[in-house]
Amino acid sequence: MSLGNSEGGNLVGDPVGDNMTPVIQVRGLVTRFGRQTVHDGVDLDVRRGEVMGVVGGSGTGKSVLLKEIIGLLRPTAGRVEVLGTNMWTADSAARRTIQSRWGVLFQDGALFSSMTVAENVMVALKEHTDLEDCLIQELARIKISMVGLPPDSCSKYPSQLSGGMRKRAGLARALALDPEILFLDEPTAGLDPIGAAAFDELIGTLQRSLGLTVVMVTHDLDSLYAICDRIAVLVDRKMRVGTIDMLLADTHPWIHDYFHGPRGRAAVKS
Amino acid sequence: MAAAGSGVIKTAWDGDHWLLAALGRWDLAGAEHLDTALTRLKPERKPGQVLLDLSGLSGMDTAGALVLDRLIERLRAEGETVAVVGATPAQCTLLRDVRRAVVRHPEVTTPHRPFHDLLERVGKGAFSLAQDAFQLLSFFGLVFITIARVARNPRRFRWTAFFFHLEQVGLNALPIIGLLTFLIGVVLAYQSADQLRRFGAEIFVVNLLGIGILRELGVLITSIIVAGRSGSAFTAQIGTMKVNQEVDAMQVLGLDPIEMLVLPRLAALFVALPLVSFYADVVGLFGGAVMSYGTLDITLGQFLRQLQVAVSPTTMLVGLIKAPVFAMVISLVGCFEGLNVTGSAESVGKLTTRSVVESIFLVIVLDALFSILFSYLKI
Repeated sequence: MSLGNSEGGNLVGDPVGDNMTPVIQVRGLVTRFGRQTVHDGVDLDVRRGEVMGVVGGSGTGKSVLLKEIIGLLRPTAGRVEVLGTNMWTADSAARRTIQSRWGVLFQDGALFSSMTVAENVMVALKEHTDLEDCLIQELARIKISMVGLPPDSCSKYPSQLSGGMRKRAGLARALALDPEILFLDEPTAGLDPIGAAAFDELIGTLQRSLGLTVVMVTHDLDSLYAICDRIAVLVDRKMRVGTIDMLLADTHPWIHDYFHGPRGRAAVKS
Repeated sequence: MAAAGSGVIKTAWDGDHWLLAALGRWDLAGAEHLDTALTRLKPERKPGQVLLDLSGLSGMDTAGALVLDRLIERLRAEGETVAVVGATPAQCTLLRDVRRAVVRHPEVTTPHRPFHDLLERVGKGAFSLAQDAFQLLSFFGLVFITIARVARNPRRFRWTAFFFHLEQVGLNALPIIGLLTFLIGVVLAYQSADQLRRFGAEIFVVNLLGIGILRELGVLITSIIVAGRSGSAFTAQIGTMKVNQEVDAMQVLGLDPIEMLVLPRLAALFVALPLVSFYADVVGLFGGAVMSYGTLDITLGQFLRQLQVAVSPTTMLVGLIKAPVFAMVISLVGCFEGLNVTGSAESVGKLTTRSVVESIFLVIVLDALFSILFSYLKI
């Protein structure tokens, strides 16, 4: 049993403790690509158990920020701590432990194309745990069922699935290890409005029943209204964080246009 | 045994109630250990009711809930009444979700029938082989119809693409093909010299080289290298365009993919392969001449004189006449497999491999057919 006895898991029934301790802490983050500055002093705290939406115009570095948090991209300057661990200074064992405590859903699912859906979900379980095969298979089946995929999809390959089903399968893989934090990169992009609403609802349900902390990059105003507790807006290479009501009152031109534009108003009505 | 803080289960009796108390953390890390412990769990006597007390749990995740669910279901199947007490609302939700997930995805076991499976695989394989052959033939037909259409209106031919591919498949292939056929000539001369020297018939090395290289090896080696080098490139290029939906975009813009993609490649290889084969013949013979001089002291002059005696222009033409046919097979198979790519990047790789194997196979089969034909015609 190499992992999972780490303190402060998301296990249901855990004493909640200090709810204000951030599970993700970003301080003074600077990102530069050549001479182009994407982030210039970004600060962000994500608290345990909340759903944080990250929004911003195209090219403001939302996905870049996500990559920096999950350790795929090294920030030019600044500090990123996830569950109290700095991914860039931690040793590889600590990094692996942290990696097994989060799940990431990439934009188009990023499923391994040579494996079936069930095998995709089982990969992490086989790698990070020493459970018996039959238990792993049952866990994978449960995860696939929980994200609302029909039983016959277990043995299908990603290329045989629709875009929406691939996202659900990607979500099942992200949830394989019962992570504490779930990162979602544009989870509803490319889905029809009904599928998108169903996906929002699914994330909300899973977040409540598994006690997840969710960070989602999105363009979708409906998702923000439906499931996000707080929203982080990337404007002018900085971050503004607040609840929807706070951001609705914000006078920054981009934020104002974003929430008060025709789509913003439509989302409020629904 | 279990690490500190990991889940345990304690049993006790209260009258005829069997009390099961789940304690600690029931999570992924401890699931295996718990599951084995729970399958061994059995009441010593028939209880009136089983009470499962979760109030001692310090945490539970999906894996823990699954293990618990298995226990409850097993006990129920054994005819016990199980009641869960002391669960927090969140734990209740999780247990209910897991139960629902298990019900919705019942374990499916497919019966294992080795002979039946083998028969099925063979059948499927044979069927898909026939299907592939038919589709390839249809594609050949489609390409020839397109050629006829373009021939009536030559301005439709893509000259830029043609010259680009001519450079790719012809000019750029010269170094590697030159090196390989030179070495083939060297090896052939060396091996046959050893045998012929025993009969004092060293000079016939030249006959052997001349006929071997001009009739067979020059064009065959060239075709195989070109199939590996350019046939695969055709499949990969067109396949990538297929994945990016570029081929679809062409179609909706009213551009014919066969005309845009297949014809320039076909024409380029059709022109290039005979030329490259001729070059391969020359370099191969040169390699043989170098080796003949090295091991048998046959000078270049002697070599050329004997070559003139041994072979006629027909010998070379018999070899080179095959090149355009091989060129068509290689380019058509390459383009056909490229257009067969569907959706994923993985299928590009798979079909590229298939294109190379198929075109080399067809080249060698056709070469054998040519031999039969030529012997029938007494050439």
